[in-house]
Amino acid sequence: MTIQETTNETLAVEMKDVTLRFPGVLANDHVNLTLRKGEIHALLGENGAGKSTLMNVLMGLYKPNSGTIMVNGKHVTFNSPKDAIASGIGMVHQHFMLVPNQTVTENILIGLDEPKFVLNLKKYDQKVRELAEQFGIKIDPTAQIWQLSVGEQQRVEILKILYRGAQILIMDEPTAVLAPQEATELIETLRGMAKQGKSIIFISHKLNEVRAVADRLTILRKGRATAEGISLEGITREALASLMVGREVIFNLQKKDQAAGEVVLELQEVCAVNNKNLPALRKVNLCLKQGEILGIAGVAGNGQSELVEVITGLRECTGCILLEGKNIANKSPQASISAGLAHIPEDRIGVGSAPNLSLTKNVIMKSYDHAPISNSWRVDYTAAGVQAQELKNLYKIQAPNIETQARKLSGGNLQKLILARELSSKPRLIVAMQPTRGLDVGAIEAVLDLLLEERSKGGAILLVSEDLEELLSLSDRVAVMYEGEIVGVMDQKEADINTIGLMMIGSLRGEPTCPPEDAATTNINKQGGE
Amino acid sequence: MGLRIDVQKRTEDYPKWLPAATSIGAVLLAFVFSGLILLSVGADPIRIYSFFWTASFGSWGAVSDVIVKATPLLLIGLACAFAFKMKLWNIGAEGQFYMGAFFASMVILLPMVDLQTTPKFLVLGLMMLMGMLGGALYGFIPGILRAKYNINEVITTLMLNYIAVFWNNYWIFGKYSDAGFQMTKMFPKIAWLPRLSDFAKQYKSFSGITLHVGVIFGLVAAVIVWLILYKSRWGYKITLIGDNPKAAKYAGLNITRNIVLVFMFSGALAGLAGMAEVTGVVHRLQERISTNYGFSGVIIAWLAKLNPFAVILVSVLFGALIVAGREIQPSGVSFLIQGIILFLVISSDVLLKYTIRVVRTNKDGEIVQPKATVVEEAK
Repeated sequence: MTIQETTNETLAVEMKDVTLRFPGVLANDHVNLTLRKGEIHALLGENGAGKSTLMNVLMGLYKPNSGTIMVNGKHVTFNSPKDAIASGIGMVHQHFMLVPNQTVTENILIGLDEPKFVLNLKKYDQKVRELAEQFGIKIDPTAQIWQLSVGEQQRVEILKILYRGAQILIMDEPTAVLAPQEATELIETLRGMAKQGKSIIFISHKLNEVRAVADRLTILRKGRATAEGISLEGITREALASLMVGREVIFNLQKKDQAAGEVVLELQEVCAVNNKNLPALRKVNLCLKQGEILGIAGVAGNGQSELVEVITGLRECTGCILLEGKNIANKSPQASISAGLAHIPEDRIGVGSAPNLSLTKNVIMKSYDHAPISNSWRVDYTAAGVQAQELKNLYKIQAPNIETQARKLSGGNLQKLILARELSSKPRLIVAMQPTRGLDVGAIEAVLDLLLEERSKGGAILLVSEDLEELLSLSDRVAVMYEGEIVGVMDQKEADINTIGLMMIGSLRGEPTCPPEDAATTNINKQGGE
Repeated sequence: MGLRIDVQKRTEDYPKWLPAATSIGAVLLAFVFSGLILLSVGADPIRIYSFFWTASFGSWGAVSDVIVKATPLLLIGLACAFAFKMKLWNIGAEGQFYMGAFFASMVILLPMVDLQTTPKFLVLGLMMLMGMLGGALYGFIPGILRAKYNINEVITTLMLNYIAVFWNNYWIFGKYSDAGFQMTKMFPKIAWLPRLSDFAKQYKSFSGITLHVGVIFGLVAAVIVWLILYKSRWGYKITLIGDNPKAAKYAGLNITRNIVLVFMFSGALAGLAGMAEVTGVVHRLQERISTNYGFSGVIIAWLAKLNPFAVILVSVLFGALIVAGREIQPSGVSFLIQGIILFLVISSDVLLKYTIRVVRTNKDGEIVQPKATVVEEAK
């Protein structure tokens, strides 16, 4: 093995021929990545394409089977993230690692050698403030983490690695958790940081965003680089997409006009409180018909989660929830399931699957107690295996075999597994919450196609999403939620993004929903949860 | 140039034989470490171990003693394994054992049935049921507290152990004491589980062999636990709740009910162990019928990796340790070995999560790949 010292001063990071093998998968196959000083370099790719793995190699979490890494022209071997941090590399993970009950400054100081014994918070508050100002980051160092919005928490994470002297920042899908406004702000900040000489790797699978932020990009597909450090000039969105998924992506969904049928779901005057015992749903009235997709729009935290939870039997409420005429309010998840409800939960790993159990055991989660899986006390694992194999083939779930643990699947494949389980039960009603969040283009397309297919088969779908474009292209009708109320329901054909946007921030109210009598506006204060 | 220990997180599944191998390795290593400790206090470990062997497996009588000791351990090990499968940390098998013994004894002490006329199998059958009921009810308490109010079951089960011991003491000192001793009167023969020595008249070699029917309870229980955990709907639910309670709730499972049921089933197994000990070994209710079986059961369940059939083997090993421990001074040596075994078994899990190899390093501290792999790469 010969190691050549590069004298190229303009390169912050140079990864050469990096190969990393996982069981049955080549996670990274001779990948090259070069990061110039002061540039924003996008790393694009589907879920499971090897982006995070490659970055984990750079952070010292995995050791590559072969290949070399140079940082600032010097050959390096990282044994742990500590080594990477010492070389000036820092990563902002998708899931923040902050202590909620401590202040911003305290969180930034955690794990550092200095201050040693006495903590003069004021002095460090000032240091943090100066650092934040230098990079145009708006933050109050004395605020406690739980008081901050997601976007602000992300700024704390960024400050944390800047404080540690990072010259190279890795941002792992930073905008996935942000509202559009916050995302724009973040992109501004990153641009400013790049101008001051920081080098940034920006992981994403949102094509538009990559075009807005990056100087150059590298695209990974199935562990291989399909584009290495190409410039973004003159490349169309479609070309990028096809480099990413290996085929032309149909961005226009095939949605046929069809008449809606009988009412499947009806909510009458539903009220509920959230975990903090504050009103989360205020007299919600909704109805949903066969062969119809009803989209629920709204800024996160306006009662969408609670709405899904009361329908699926996971939260108590007042009022009536009729599923094909049967009241399922305040029953149990079991009652909703046997009434024909399928639920695609927001949290795939934490709620939708059992991570350490096999695909088979995940597939039978809702069918383990009836034929063909089980006729008596026994579970027929042979039949379960057959079903799992069928669904794996039908839904093209990529996994070594049906005994693979669910946690080893990529996000898109896990979502396909959940959809396979939920849709194979031939549901009357599908409640889907953020079904495409965090998925790559190919997986999004697959998920949306599956939902549309259910619609054409006469299924009724309640779709909650924060992606307005997706919601508008998929739904037949759109209902907007604001502070626990439905502030407007409109036909997709009449809906326009500006009106919905105004409703989402509470400055516009639309037509009353069905059934027509709508008392929601007058009774807000009477609906206290105490 | 130098050598370095390289620890890497496993990226591949470990081979199927590895958990068994680490458990066996842990036991062997425990004997080595204990040997070193014995050596340090001037004893001869080889002599002690060979003595251990003859004391526990040297004769049919000794083997029978080992199995008699292994019986309550087997049932309690199963009780723990069952609860642990759902990540319910039942440390209360000791208390459930005492309550099982107490409830079973009540059949005789009250008496619940006419001891002169009722056939033996009915008396023993009733005692079995009462024993399991006692354990189950005593498991219900921490179960319902955990399920309804989310009270940590480690604390409650641990505390309940003491209550059970003193509850028993109250009755054997205060009410049913045999001439002031801390034990009840000997039960009539009708309440004795059949033993091999009962058949000494037909088969001479059975004389003095105290092996009783309780071991069959244990073996049957092992099969039942295996069927439940690996083949049944209930076992599927237990596995699902154990892995992700939120997903289980989402799938429509009633978690509250299952926590209570699993605790009661676990308690029933421990209670059955208490009944078997009272009717098969001591033939009366008395103080200290358990020599920390409840705690050994925790170790046994872990060592067996919660596999019911492995619990059988491990409880025989622990039975042997107890029998041998009686024969030597100080008797704490076998507890010492037990403790070291648990410690090593728990730490051996590291091997399932990480690979550890010794690697060569060059002068920069970088790992030199073995030549063979490089050749393979080139192909």
